[in-house]
Amino acid sequence: MPEIKVTPLGAGQDVGRSCILVSIGGKNIMLDCGMHMGYNDDRRFPDFSYITQNGRLTDFLDCVIISHFHLDHCGALPFMSEMVGYDGPIYMTHPTKAICPILLEDFRKITVDKKGETNFFTSQMIKDCMKKVVPLNLHQTVQVDDELEIKAYYAGHVLGAAMVHIKVGSESVVYTGDYNMTPDRHLGAAWIDKCRPDILISESTYATTIRDSKRCRERGLSEESARKHRKRRQGKRVGPQTVSLSDHLSVQSSFQERMNLKAPIYFSTGLTEKANHYYKLFITWTNQKIRKTFVQRNMFEFKHIKAFDRSYADNPGPMVVFATPGMLHAGQSLQIFKKWAGNEKNMVIMPGYCVQGTIGHKILNGQRKLEMEGRATLDVKLQVEYMSFSAHADAKGIMQLIRMAEPRNMLLVHGEAVKMEFLKGKIEQEFSIDCYMPANGETATVTTNPSVPVDISLNLLKREMALGGPLPDPKKPRTMHGTLIMKENSLKLVSSEQALKELGLNEHQLRFTCRVQLQDPHSDNDTLHRIYTHLKSVLKGYTIQHLPDGTVMVESIVIKVSSSAEDANTKVLLLSWSYQDEDLGSFLSTLLKKGLPSGLC
Amino acid sequence: MLDCGLDTTSVLNFLPLPLVHSPRLSKLPGWVSKDGTLNLEKELKECTGRVFVDSQPEFCLPERELLDLSTIDVILISNYHCMMALPYITEHTGFTGTVYATEPTLQIGRLLMEELVNFMERVPKAQSATCWKNKEIQRLLPGPLKDAVDVWTWKRCYSMQEVNSALSKVQLVGYSQKVELFGAVQVSPLSSGYSLGSSNWIIQSHHEKVSYVSGSSLLTTHPQPMDQSSLKNSDVLILTGLTQMPTANPDGMLGEFCSNLAMTIRAGGNVLVPCYSSGVIYDLLECLYQFIESANLGTTPFYFISPVANSSLEFSQIFAEWLCHNKQSKVYLPEPPFPHAELIQTNKLKHYPSIHGDFSSEFRQPCVVFTGHPSLRFGDVVHFMELWGKSSLNTIIFTEPDFSYLDALAPYQPLAMKCVYCPIDTRLNFHQVSKLLKEVQPLHVVCPEQYTQPPLTQSHRSDLMLELQPPPMPYRRCSVLNLPFRRRYERVYILPELANSLVPSEIKPGISLATVSAVLHSKDNKHTLQSVPKPPPMPPSKKRKRVIEEPPVVLAPKPLLSGAVPLEAFLSTLQKHGITEVKVEETADGHILHLQAEDTLIQLEEDGTHIVCDNNEPLRTTLRDLVLRFLQKL
Repeated sequence: MPEIKVTPLGAGQDVGRSCILVSIGGKNIMLDCGMHMGYNDDRRFPDFSYITQNGRLTDFLDCVIISHFHLDHCGALPFMSEMVGYDGPIYMTHPTKAICPILLEDFRKITVDKKGETNFFTSQMIKDCMKKVVPLNLHQTVQVDDELEIKAYYAGHVLGAAMVHIKVGSESVVYTGDYNMTPDRHLGAAWIDKCRPDILISESTYATTIRDSKRCRERGLSEESARKHRKRRQGKRVGPQTVSLSDHLSVQSSFQERMNLKAPIYFSTGLTEKANHYYKLFITWTNQKIRKTFVQRNMFEFKHIKAFDRSYADNPGPMVVFATPGMLHAGQSLQIFKKWAGNEKNMVIMPGYCVQGTIGHKILNGQRKLEMEGRATLDVKLQVEYMSFSAHADAKGIMQLIRMAEPRNMLLVHGEAVKMEFLKGKIEQEFSIDCYMPANGETATVTTNPSVPVDISLNLLKREMALGGPLPDPKKPRTMHGTLIMKENSLKLVSSEQALKELGLNEHQLRFTCRVQLQDPHSDNDTLHRIYTHLKSVLKGYTIQHLPDGTVMVESIVIKVSSSAEDANTKVLLLSWSYQDEDLGSFLSTLLKKGLPSGLC
Repeated sequence: MLDCGLDTTSVLNFLPLPLVHSPRLSKLPGWVSKDGTLNLEKELKECTGRVFVDSQPEFCLPERELLDLSTIDVILISNYHCMMALPYITEHTGFTGTVYATEPTLQIGRLLMEELVNFMERVPKAQSATCWKNKEIQRLLPGPLKDAVDVWTWKRCYSMQEVNSALSKVQLVGYSQKVELFGAVQVSPLSSGYSLGSSNWIIQSHHEKVSYVSGSSLLTTHPQPMDQSSLKNSDVLILTGLTQMPTANPDGMLGEFCSNLAMTIRAGGNVLVPCYSSGVIYDLLECLYQFIESANLGTTPFYFISPVANSSLEFSQIFAEWLCHNKQSKVYLPEPPFPHAELIQTNKLKHYPSIHGDFSSEFRQPCVVFTGHPSLRFGDVVHFMELWGKSSLNTIIFTEPDFSYLDALAPYQPLAMKCVYCPIDTRLNFHQVSKLLKEVQPLHVVCPEQYTQPPLTQSHRSDLMLELQPPPMPYRRCSVLNLPFRRRYERVYILPELANSLVPSEIKPGISLATVSAVLHSKDNKHTLQSVPKPPPMPPSKKRKRVIEEPPVVLAPKPLLSGAVPLEAFLSTLQKHGITEVKVEETADGHILHLQAEDTLIQLEEDGTHIVCDNNEPLRTTLRDLVLRFLQKL
């Protein structure tokens, strides 16, 4: 039985370091190659030695697919391809290919330049790695080799986020990456067709939550800042952000207009500025409304938002700053946070999920004393708010996607074990399909049961369909007969006659003749007629003919009558049939041996 | 339906639609036949010996009579120029099918349609000329009106509402996306390299493949390069959309375009470029971007005037996925893929929706104006013709190949303005096509009749036609062509349960056979075979005898047999089963075995075996099984 094996090297019952190995139809595919924000040691990257102990991965992987540009999905890519060694194709969408190297470079700078780590990938390695990238278009079927094909679907998580359908023969797997089932201000909702994969590998970050609409949360963010503004003229605020921050900028921008808010709004330069350019150029990846109106009004040009400079952090008066990264684990957002943490008038709004180990995670859990590098501690007095803007599917969304794709099995990754457990129960109950949730390094094996594709001769098919009628009777299915010819790699189903012809074989006729003696005091002709009437009454649904040449035919079985030489009342019946009618012939000879019933006319 | 383009050359028979009142046009004399019997002066006007219809211009539609349009399931669009007749096909015809096109094709196609509607509706013309279309009257008109075909089917332009409704039937597809149609065939668009989102189509089943090659280019311009390798192994390749200018080299034309433009500007004249608002104009602007500085034209204003100018320029920048590699990599920086963004930013290129409004106040001469429509019959270009036509300082440069420039200029004669004809048609020429066909090797080529002979005007140029072995199958308007392949096989799926129950036997080295008895299920043109369900267990019968009398229920014919029964081996097998008294008699075709104790005859021949056995059913079945041992079943 063919099997599909799925092994997470990261994101198995965990969030972060997404990296999932899939073996399907003799092909090995790596889905995502991310880093873990919560670790600074070896655990930050997936354990590639699981694939092979000795070095390069090229021989062991047919392709690598990156779902989107977030570092927990692509952060380990240059390490994997350039330091461990992989030269095969890496697939990602155009926007991901555009934005991913910038985030990697940023990540590298923070790690090497700021933290001083040495054994890390270089800028050149990022470039070399990106040269191996093959861009994917939505819905394009990409033939990785003769057997393996992949197709990307819109995932709506960030710009360029994709789900992938991986197919070998008639077996297939769908990997969702991170996705969102409700359209938001800028992105559309994830969509997939009814592709019925053998396994659907889904993220499950919000496996147990059902969230209100994003519009409500956006209003929340704005009102929060308005309240601050009215009550505390001295208030300051930090809103850490991820790259999808165009979102928040546009919310705030339009809000400021409406509320006549005077406090300046800043966003951190560099990354974010570029990010907006990407949104402009990849407008086809945003939602319907933006695409329709972009000629008149580009959503990504903001009137009220100014670029942030480090020195502004000490400016007097309230201000709003959007800064990255969103989990406060490094970079500008962390710097500003450290500066402002001591004042209870300030506030930080965490816009999304924070991985365990990050400062974001700690303060969300109510920790008020933070241990910083060099044994210093930081008292957190500012207010901490959580408003989830990260575009993940919630439980409802995950169920919705299952309904869309109709998978035969479900496999959960990118979530916490307890939450997964809950969702697994729900899925198994509602859809009656198996749901797996392997931990890192653990393999889930799914046995598939593929149908065998065969070429049927059109003659045979048409004959069969004509006989079956337009609406076949489900109670009385017609049986079709044919011969399957297996030659090299081809499988052809043809009628038996055609098979004989094609293979140049002679047909061998096997015939049987059987004489049956019968006591019947009538003329030969009458006896024959009596046989005809008898068989008519016994054999329903068979073709029975009384032919003028003195024979009775039942299907292709011939019955003749002659009188015995000695006794005119003893009749000799001659039955003759071919092997193809063996069952009927055998039945008839047995039946007629019992004689004809009296009372036949 | 493969494409539905609009023949717009019909508009050349009409008078131009001026944006502002033109005394010259309104003073043109009406036409009266020489003998005075035919007076159509209201409908027909004469200008320097040519006769034009004074009415809203009309288009020649694709054939609509030959078939019932409501029976069309699918329309495949290859590029935005080939969809301009869509509203005529999908609206008010009962059409309920789906149209497939790529996203740039849809968006830019919409812009071109919008522009066309706008050009027409901006200058409404109350009069609709119909008398001249009368067969008897048309016969008496001067050429080329006399020779215009199917004039009674010509139609006025559609409305925006019809455009929107037609385009709502479009389903977007991406390159190499496989789209299943009714389970029967799969269609897939491939990059054709001609324009943004332009595609060739593959239509295939499991065993047959038809390629539709339309409007393709091998030149490096802005679109993604042509995908040639996917066209391989086609049974039939339908070839159309070759260059209309087989003798003009696009690069040379581009050079001529630039030098004429510079020359006119330097002499203080204006340059008018009648063009479509998407397509070659992007390449022209890119070419000018590099040329402006070197030719010292930095201060010359360039104007692009069209109701969709802004949209066209904006849209071109957001289709990175559909662009050539160079432009794609610009987006990664991130920079706009086309340099016209910079031309706009530096105010070298300005775009306006029409000559009214801002343009009239900002307009400076000498300048270069890109505007439509290239037929010179409607759109803002009409105004510039009236404005600049009288001065020999000005130049009109034709770049679009769709219209004969002499015909286009006819209603403006006499003209003092210089005319330069440098048509830029990047589509395949005959040389490129024969190279391509050698590469992809289709079994048969189907093409328009025109490609099978040299052009009428250059009948000696045998290099301007398709010469192939086997010769291409030509088609002409309204002809019906049978594609030369016979379908022999169809795909069927054997369900795992049935597949596991099959018993293959090797009949020749490398060839195995298995007999299959199965139930066929056909749904949405997908066929599956599954095991024959086991009959429900017989209800326990009270009389055992009755059971025997039941005739066999399932009519399951036995397999065919093949091979021969070897005499010696058969005899020894008989012996093993206790049949020893066998008398063998040789006949012409084989042997007759007389089983004396059992009073049974077996006739063994090369291609048949006949068992004559009376009154001994157990023996007969034993013999049967022994014979079967030596034979192969099919």
